[in-house]
Amino acid sequence: MIEIENVRKSFGELEVLKGINLTVDKGEVLTVIGGSGSGKSTLLTCINGLEPIDAGRIVIDGTDVHAKSTNLNKLRQKVGIVFQQWNAFPHLTVLENVMLAPRKVLGLSKAEAEAIAVRQLTHVGLAEKLSVYPNRMSGGQQQRMAIARALAMSPEYMLFDEVTSALDPMLVGEVLDTLRMLASEGMTMICVTHEMKFAREVSDRVAFFHQGVMAEIAPPEQLFDAPQHAETKKFLAATH
Amino acid sequence: MIETALTWGDLAFLAKGAGMTLAVTAISVAAGTVLGVICGVIRFQLGPYWSAPLTFVLDVFRSVPLLIQLVLGNAFQSIAKLGWPPFTTSCVVLSLYTAAYCTEIVRGGMSSVPVTTRRAARSLGMTWWQDMRYIVAPLATRVSLPAWIGLALSVMKDSALVLWLGLIELLRASQILVTRLQEPLLILMICGAIYFIISFPIARLGGYLEKRWSPND
Repeated sequence: MIEIENVRKSFGELEVLKGINLTVDKGEVLTVIGGSGSGKSTLLTCINGLEPIDAGRIVIDGTDVHAKSTNLNKLRQKVGIVFQQWNAFPHLTVLENVMLAPRKVLGLSKAEAEAIAVRQLTHVGLAEKLSVYPNRMSGGQQQRMAIARALAMSPEYMLFDEVTSALDPMLVGEVLDTLRMLASEGMTMICVTHEMKFAREVSDRVAFFHQGVMAEIAPPEQLFDAPQHAETKKFLAATH
Repeated sequence: MIETALTWGDLAFLAKGAGMTLAVTAISVAAGTVLGVICGVIRFQLGPYWSAPLTFVLDVFRSVPLLIQLVLGNAFQSIAKLGWPPFTTSCVVLSLYTAAYCTEIVRGGMSSVPVTTRRAARSLGMTWWQDMRYIVAPLATRVSLPAWIGLALSVMKDSALVLWLGLIELLRASQILVTRLQEPLLILMICGAIYFIISFPIARLGGYLEKRWSPND
């Protein structure tokens, strides 16, 4: 369970998270929508401990992410994150990209790590690309590789930060299919996205962020068909 | 054939000089690179403000002509009664000179690794050290290699200046032969050819590595 309690975060003068309260249960798929600058991506990087927070608490299965005593490297094995820019390691093949963390972080043998990597890459449909270097693949394939790379650590939670925003419209579908598959397998996921159709389809709940505040959170039918907050209505009208 | 008074013994003398050039270069480039990597990582980690004193010292080594550094270095070791032979003094000065340039090469290479790539590595649970070792080091090496090869080649040629401390390296050996035999053209051509023979493999190695790595970038 991810518990977010009154989290505040500023970059200099700009407060991007103004007291967020949110709980995500095991097995839940939460999508976060909202305009750019609404703080949704920042929240994900805070959950993963990649950004410090200024106030409040984020607790994952009883572990306070930002406590001094928390071993972040250990915690991150449990919470995978995939970014808008897939950030492939360009000097490693697809297989090596996925094998690196299981080998070095989990300390698995080469054979064990390879078995996991092959399984995850097959899972996302890249079984044919094992020995290829990332730059020889399309953006969609690289993004799927990044998903497999995160999954290879057997995380319990997955955070997706606008994973289709930098993709050619033709390639969005294949990545969303991968996310759908994960959701159907029961992975706990928080997806920041601009794909409304996808959000409506896979989410258990949808949260709408506006200027650093979570303006509304509700099941998808309710949020999309009968939004309560004025800003949500405005946003949905603009994106339809 | 060309009429010459050059004997096999003279060629052996040149070869010995070349050996000295190689020894000074190898030691200085190796030590300078190790030191340069350390200083480069420090500069990168500390940022411009905290590493300012280090940057200043390195700037001194980069801006004062090497010949002056060698002469001053030799004077310093004698005043400080270190009792270093010219070979040691030459290697120390050249190493510091190499390190000053290498630091900037390393820092530049590290800066070229995108923050987002490093963030991805950390998000997988890698420690700072693992990120450095498996992501930053290989990527920075690729970017830095051409500049580093250039540095190694220039240090090899600059090492000729150690003749001012009395070491008989390749250029000094050639000068001695020119003075004795009065055949400057032939001897300097041979000397130049030897410099080329030493440099060529280093330059080719660089070209080979660049080519081998390039399809992945």
